Amino acid sequence: MEREKHNIVRVSNVIKSFKLGKVDVQALKGIDLEIQAGHYISIMGPSGSGKSTLFNMIGGLDKPTSGKVFIDEVDIAQLDAYELAWLRCRKIGYIFQTFNLIQVMTALENVTLPMTFAGMNSDDAAKKGIRLLDLVGLGDRFQHKPSELSGGQQQRVAVARALANDPAIILADEPTGNLDLSTGEEIIALLKNLSDERVVTVISATHDFKMLNVSDQVVWIRDGRVDKIENREELSISLGTIGARE
Amino acid sequence: MTEIRGDMASASTTDQVSRLVVLPFNKSIEISFKNIRVRFFRSMITTMSLVLAVSFLCFTNVGMHVADGLLASGDPDKRQALINAGYDIGPQDTSVAATAKQRWIVILSLVVCVVGIVNAQLMAVTERFREIGTMKCLGALDRFILQLFFLEAGMQGLVGGGIGALAGAFFSLITATTSFGAGALIDVSWLNVAGSVLWATLVGFFLSLVGVFYPAIVAAKMQPVEAMRTEH
Repeated sequence: MEREKHNIVRVSNVIKSFKLGKVDVQALKGIDLEIQAGHYISIMGPSGSGKSTLFNMIGGLDKPTSGKVFIDEVDIAQLDAYELAWLRCRKIGYIFQTFNLIQVMTALENVTLPMTFAGMNSDDAAKKGIRLLDLVGLGDRFQHKPSELSGGQQQRVAVARALANDPAIILADEPTGNLDLSTGEEIIALLKNLSDERVVTVISATHDFKMLNVSDQVVWIRDGRVDKIENREELSISLGTIGARE
Repeated sequence: MTEIRGDMASASTTDQVSRLVVLPFNKSIEISFKNIRVRFFRSMITTMSLVLAVSFLCFTNVGMHVADGLLASGDPDKRQALINAGYDIGPQDTSVAATAKQRWIVILSLVVCVVGIVNAQLMAVTERFREIGTMKCLGALDRFILQLFFLEAGMQGLVGGGIGALAGAFFSLITATTSFGAGALIDVSWLNVAGSVLWATLVGFFLSLVGVFYPAIVAAKMQPVEAMRTEH
């Protein structure tokens, strides 16, 4: 029960501005957000709303202009390069819209690379890698290069890679953006399963309405601010309209 | 899975020493070797200017050893043949020194070669932006990226330098036999030739590392979020 209450990510008054030429553009205008461990969160918003920027902040890929981002109650602005790398390696698993598998490596090598970084020996890493590829339904294709796999299969490899070091958080940036409807649904179902079974917090930035069905919480971002946060119970009411649209 | 959880817990309770990400040396050799093999054509182009420059260096040096050998044999006919071939030999000289012009041409070719390597490696880095960014998202340190690029360049340098040196020596000896006859191969000091091949290979190795220095730093300093932003 205590675990349920635990905030794995806390974003506190985060502002991020970019310089476009001579003009300062504020992508995030003061975001406050608390994400509980084990939840499946969708960050929704139109493109240009600051969704990706917020996502990069949470992932420790970018630092806020002002405000703080806490992961497991650690302020990531305080971390040095080594600790940040450790965080990326062990605490967070990333899934990208464009899969971002390393093209010159096989599926298995892609999955075991984070384990190598984490200091696991090759044999254990290979065993675990095959187990993870089995889990995502690609156990027999571990020798294939990304170019020999379909988009959906590549994204499955990416999911397996994100799980490599049993992270507490999986960050998925538009994970279904480059996939067709049915493969997209498969990936969403896979992520939902993992979130339930492994108690991993899944945070995905998306504008795919299919995601809403599985989300415990949806954070709507508009114009650099949190527009509204809807919990699952409230969602099922408003879902009717979205369901009708499809 | 349980042992990993336990491992993580101990990592956070002990201190920062266990919070290090690592890339074992043999693993990085394996990765960079595979990188070269998979991108064979790309690596070949990067290495080509090195092969040519090193073979030119070796060609010149071995040519001098041949001339030295012929001169040391003390045969006046051979001395005359050398003079006819354009060597500048005084009556008292016992060895053939490289002329200033020769030295400059060799140095220039090596400089051009380094510029070529820098150019090719910068392009390779650009091609691999996404890959580097992904690795950083997975927890790679700047140092890992440097390590991979230097290892790749080192391997390319050794192989390219070796091939260039052997080719240079080979053609130099062929040229010597055609202009001075097979006797040139008897007079020449093979120890010196082997030394020149080794020296040229090392020069190639060194130049390859010099050439990759700046591109590798560009790659390592890149922020992961920038790599993600780059399209294609």
